Amino acid sequence: MSRSALLVLADGRFPAGGHAHSGGAEAAVKAGRLTDAAGLEAFCRGRLHTVGLTAAGLAAGAAAGLDPHELDAVADAQNPSPALRAASRRLGRQLMRAARAAWPDPGLDALAAAFPRGAHQPVVLGTAARAAGLGPEDTAHCVAYETVGGPATAVVRLLGLDPYQATAVLARLAPEMDEVAARAATAARQGVDALPAASAPLLDITAEQHAAWPVRLFAS
Amino acid sequence: MSSAAPAAGTGVTATARITAGADGSLPVLESDGPFALRRTRCAVPGWTRVTVVGAMSAPLGGDRLAIETEVRDGARLLVDAAAATLALPGRTADPAAYALRLRVGADAVLRWLPEQLVSVHGSVLRARTTVELDPAARLVLREEQVLGRHGEPPGTLFSRLTVRRAGRPLLDQELACGPGAPGGWDGGAVLGGHRTTGQLLVVDPRFDTAPAPVRLLGDHAVVTPLAGPAALVTAVAPDALALRRILDAALADLAPFTAP
Repeated sequence: MSRSALLVLADGRFPAGGHAHSGGAEAAVKAGRLTDAAGLEAFCRGRLHTVGLTAAGLAAGAAAGLDPHELDAVADAQNPSPALRAASRRLGRQLMRAARAAWPDPGLDALAAAFPRGAHQPVVLGTAARAAGLGPEDTAHCVAYETVGGPATAVVRLLGLDPYQATAVLARLAPEMDEVAARAATAARQGVDALPAASAPLLDITAEQHAAWPVRLFAS
Repeated sequence: MSSAAPAAGTGVTATARITAGADGSLPVLESDGPFALRRTRCAVPGWTRVTVVGAMSAPLGGDRLAIETEVRDGARLLVDAAAATLALPGRTADPAAYALRLRVGADAVLRWLPEQLVSVHGSVLRARTTVELDPAARLVLREEQVLGRHGEPPGTLFSRLTVRRAGRPLLDQELACGPGAPGGWDGGAVLGGHRTTGQLLVVDPRFDTAPAPVRLLGDHAVVTPLAGPAALVTAVAPDALALRRILDAALADLAPFTAP
């Protein structure tokens, strides 16, 4: 296990395309459900314990060596929104390119060959983490952090929110990120059937509304 | 038949069973515990109908209740309910468990259209619906969760719906809300202050060649095609009536109830 490899993978500057996505924050801002730092915290906390936990479970599963094909099928079943499925596969494809350059690995090569249009992002992330020598728990931490880091950065741009306040939200959520990562890693060690499937109805609903907007700042 | 034998301070354990045959028969129709099952007359010919009559308010904390339903090859079964299901606090602090296990065979159809599940203040319920579908099965399934009776704060509800088709995952989603759920469930990402949420799932092999298009149903509901041959309506609403209106309109559109 390399702590530095985890920092490289989790860094927002890792060229995997995540900065183009708001994690549903753009739609929530437009709907008036996210207007200030408190709203951002509630939004991020909800994301963390739902889709964050679910994605962390998938990624931790891939890092633990569960069958990525099976995990990819589970990810499809956990995502009723075609806009979110497409975004996840697009992000998976982008992440795959960066990960293969960073940590050349036969597991990544095999996954890329099996899913030329992109496997789901958490499956690619877990496979990349495994290639980087990271375990399920570190991988789950990476997902938990990106689940809330993306919307926090986006909301600074969308609302002009004070970046110090946005960072304070992330810091306050840190203990819950640890809990989510631990739950995800524990589930992943028990196998595919134990993986969480926590979902967020408003994220599923608004993802389709957002995808239909003619002009938007973020891809999702 | 009843296997219910509650010891003092613990809950009821009960499993009701339904098996429907292609000839319109019900080879198994076993009431148990709080679930009384009645064969009822179906307005549409060619269908078998069973109505779940809640013999008492249930589930209570500590109860372990289940309904198992098998729709054999070629059978057409409608299951509905006489009243909403109320998750209530029990004499123990233990959560209640409510499991629905549904199997639908080849060329069989199940319309599972119960009433709302109401999470009453102070209750803790784990609701688990698992569905196993033959590749040639059809399914219409509605789930509606109401967070608290009118004007009261909600209980704690963990609800998971898992559907497998030909052994492969088709839909797997869980929702946690109420005071015992992890934080953020009432924030802008999950329910955003809405007090009801529901899903309507329609699985039909015809969607393999002609998937249901994405359709927005107002601001708080959407029809989406799943990765497999199915369409899902996801909705949140301020109250049970508004939610039912959305789901009823989608039901009439996606899966009208007609004679075979």
